[in-house]
Amino acid sequence: MDYLLTEQQIMIRDLARKVAKEKIKPIAAKYDETEEFAWEIVKVLVDSDLFGVYIPEQYGGLGGGVMDMCLVAEELSKACGGIALGFAGTGLGTFPILLYGSDEQKKKYLPQIAKGKVAAFCITEAEAGSDAGSIKTTAKKDGDHYVLNGTKQWITNAGEAEVYTVIAITDKSKGARGASAFIVEKGTKGVDFGQKEKKLGIRSSATREVIFTDCRIPKDNLISKEGMGFIVAMKTFDCSRPGVAAQALGIAQGAFDHAIGYARKRVQFGQPISSFQAIQHMMADMATQIEAARALVYATARMVDSGAKSVAKESAMAKMFASDVAMKVTVDAIQIFGGYGYMRDYPVEKYMRDAKITQIYEGTNQIQRNVIAANLIKESLKGE
Amino acid sequence: MASSIQILLDKCTGCTLCVKACPFGAIHMANRKAVIDMAKCNFCGACVPICKFKAIELNKEASAKKDLSAYKDVWVFCEQKKGVVQTISFELLGEGKKLAKKLGCKLCAVILGHDIESKVEELSHRGADKVYIVDSAELKSYQDEPYTNVLVSLIKEYKPEIVLCGATTIGRSMISRVAVKIDAGLTADCTGLDIDDKDKLLMQTRPAFGGNIMATIITPNHRPQMATVRHKVMKEAEIHKGHKAEVIRKKYPADVLKSRTTLLDIVEEIEENVNLAEADIIVSGGRGLGAPENFSLVKELAKVLNAAVGSSRAAVDAGWMPYSHQVGQTGKTVVPKLYIACGISGQIQHLIGMQSSKVIVAINKDPDAPIFKVATYGIVGNLFEVLPALTKEFRKLLKK
Amino acid sequence: MNIIVCIKQVPNTTDVKIDPVTNTLIRDGVESTINPFDAYAIEEAVRLKERFGGKVTVVTMGPPQAEAALKEAISLGCDEAVLVSDRKFAGSDTWATSYTLSAAIKKIGAFDVIICGKQASDGDTAQVGPGISTHLDIPQVTYVKKIEDISENKAKVERMTEEGYDIVETPLPCLFTVVKEINTPRLPSLKGMMRAKSALIAKWTADDIEADAKSIGLDGSPTRVVKIFTPPPRKGGEMLKGDTGDVAKELVELLKDIVI
Repeated sequence: MDYLLTEQQIMIRDLARKVAKEKIKPIAAKYDETEEFAWEIVKVLVDSDLFGVYIPEQYGGLGGGVMDMCLVAEELSKACGGIALGFAGTGLGTFPILLYGSDEQKKKYLPQIAKGKVAAFCITEAEAGSDAGSIKTTAKKDGDHYVLNGTKQWITNAGEAEVYTVIAITDKSKGARGASAFIVEKGTKGVDFGQKEKKLGIRSSATREVIFTDCRIPKDNLISKEGMGFIVAMKTFDCSRPGVAAQALGIAQGAFDHAIGYARKRVQFGQPISSFQAIQHMMADMATQIEAARALVYATARMVDSGAKSVAKESAMAKMFASDVAMKVTVDAIQIFGGYGYMRDYPVEKYMRDAKITQIYEGTNQIQRNVIAANLIKESLKGE
Repeated sequence: MASSIQILLDKCTGCTLCVKACPFGAIHMANRKAVIDMAKCNFCGACVPICKFKAIELNKEASAKKDLSAYKDVWVFCEQKKGVVQTISFELLGEGKKLAKKLGCKLCAVILGHDIESKVEELSHRGADKVYIVDSAELKSYQDEPYTNVLVSLIKEYKPEIVLCGATTIGRSMISRVAVKIDAGLTADCTGLDIDDKDKLLMQTRPAFGGNIMATIITPNHRPQMATVRHKVMKEAEIHKGHKAEVIRKKYPADVLKSRTTLLDIVEEIEENVNLAEADIIVSGGRGLGAPENFSLVKELAKVLNAAVGSSRAAVDAGWMPYSHQVGQTGKTVVPKLYIACGISGQIQHLIGMQSSKVIVAINKDPDAPIFKVATYGIVGNLFEVLPALTKEFRKLLKK
Repeated sequence: MNIIVCIKQVPNTTDVKIDPVTNTLIRDGVESTINPFDAYAIEEAVRLKERFGGKVTVVTMGPPQAEAALKEAISLGCDEAVLVSDRKFAGSDTWATSYTLSAAIKKIGAFDVIICGKQASDGDTAQVGPGISTHLDIPQVTYVKKIEDISENKAKVERMTEEGYDIVETPLPCLFTVVKEINTPRLPSLKGMMRAKSALIAKWTADDIEADAKSIGLDGSPTRVVKIFTPPPRKGGEMLKGDTGDVAKELVELLKDIVI
């Protein structure tokens, strides 16, 4: 389907596709096995100006928006959802600065990120997943510094990233208004990383604990004002959820492309299996769902870029729908491959393992449904 | 006085055969008539005979014919490295002899170097009627400028009709410079050389467009006619120990031998295995071998033949051989003199990589395997019997 | 450092096949692209510029559509581009081509290094690079696989040979032809692609480069193509039959000449 991309967006998409095909595809299986972070891909993305596609031009980026970021995330994920996270996860870690950072903060960090410094966003803790409000990491003001204490869990890009945006409690008594957002640089005394987690999928993405022990950061590293923490987080998610949706979309498309290619070659009962109605109906359903997801993701991304005031519902819809589609499509893709689909020598089982996380992180799909419902009711009330 | 080509519109029926015939994509259809794009047309004339309606008229300019009668003899530039004459030179002398015979002229060897007087005899034995030798310290190792200058001086003084040179790294660097300096025509990588009966011109045939088309080229109005030939394309000249050549020893002054570039060092890198892309003989194994350990049969035969070992994609994908040995569409393209395919079915993707081999031998237990359609010699049989038998016979032949 | 890169636009596939029935070319969807070897030349030139500062000018002789190749070269990091195009160049062999390019280079002005790919994937002659250096009377090093050292007035390079490599020192200005072992070409950058879109390509005709009419095009080409034909398609040969031992002996006898 023609989504009426601009000429620049077509260039971005085609270049990302080229990177995926020529640089990521040959190494995807190996990095899934070794669980290494693909630094060489970060370099390729930086050199081709894709890494900072959503960063404003004055800071060394390409000045694109969420739509451009989604195009890149989708194309890279077709080759490997895990390696794409080096890019997409950096986006998540960068949005707090982009949306709420001061001029000095933007001037300091955005050019570094555009040049290839990886970023990470830290909110989740062992006792605070969906219930983000019960985070326990604290940030205590001490003269010209804040002192951070606590442990963040399951942070994408942790250990590899140089720039961390962290949500911590500055005033417990204020409840939802008691958290603040900070920028912490790797190498700051008091920042440690846990062991790399062993995951089901997106294995080449580095996931670790981030441990703050009396970590002193300059007070200028506070993003916006004290108490803005959860607002920064929510608005960040509004922008990054379409990115996760795009990643899910790419994973789904990649798995589907493998499946249809296999179905045309595999001969059983004297015919390619793509001539059997059972397979054809599966493929038709998979393709339609992918296209519907794509239309929703692109529409949402464009809505975010248009500066719309409220995008929470749409972002949640896009993320929820695309990730559910990715899970279903990848399971069906394995089914089309039959026994070969179960074998690690064949690429499609990885897509299913990678797809699952998209239904969980950046807000489980159950939380997304909560968000959607809450917004639906709010809109309905307004309407009356 | 340029050539001209035109479509005779009243004869053109719009059949489009000429569009497909043009190797340069210079013809397209407009209003059902052929139109020639003059920016692309090379006047090669491929379209003229294709047109069944004789609707293409090509007038090749007849430029003023120069008097080229002063140019005589066939010269072969004999490359030497570290005082050893390279075998390509013997192949060129072999071919050069045939050309000289047809023209009724002499075959001359040209050799540059230092302390190479002893090579004169070797070149005489290989059929040279004359040997031009330039022996100077400055010419010990190849450098572009002194070698170019010396060859240009020789050519200007002695006026050969034809100059042949090996298409080696040295040959190709040097001979292009010579051709430009003396305003001569040069055809690279010829696979066929002959003398045209009528005009006595050197007919230089070479592959184009990746070897799918052959082109025959002439140099009608410039002398000498120059061509390079790749290693192992022509046959080496036989050795006739009694043959004696006339020797012309030349010395040149410092300004001819000077070089702006300086050779600081020569580094040799020893390849452990025979390089697949350059190999003359390749023994290749496929899925028919059954198991990785059976590749030893292939390697054994390769060792006896001093051949490179190749592999089909199936064997590489199965992990039996590393990817560097893969022959085929997604692997290497090879053009050896002999390709022995063992247990390879011959899917098109594999054939693309080796079908230009001079001789193909296929061994497979399936008589319907597609590889037999392109094999020069085919054996339907059990690999585990045939390969050892072949290895044994070759050992006997080569006394290994 | 002023660097000039000479490139050629070639058909995107060497799989130009002949239809055995009609004896005509099968050319479906043959696009054009930068000659693969020239990609290495562009990359090396851009790397030199990144190291030493300066400018990379890319030049090609070709039909008007060769402009696309120049734009691609800009997206890969070249700064300026020149298209030398004129009907009068039609029919050029390598002599005329190297003459034309050297005339264009003379017009471009002073340079430190000219970099060319080893050969073009359609013609495969490897003659134009050395031809240019001869027309310009500058030293050359061919088959360069590494530029070890380069300064304002000289360079030390590794030249690939059949046995290994030579280390050669050359004064500047000079010409290099490079092999694919020299680097890994980068992908285009978005900023480069956008620059390429709006780039102004200089277009020069035979008159612009003050080319001598006798040295260009068909008139300037000593060689002529007289015939184009298909090599006979490969056919199946002989099936050897019999007892394994006998078959082996027979085959070895047949292959004797090749193997010894």
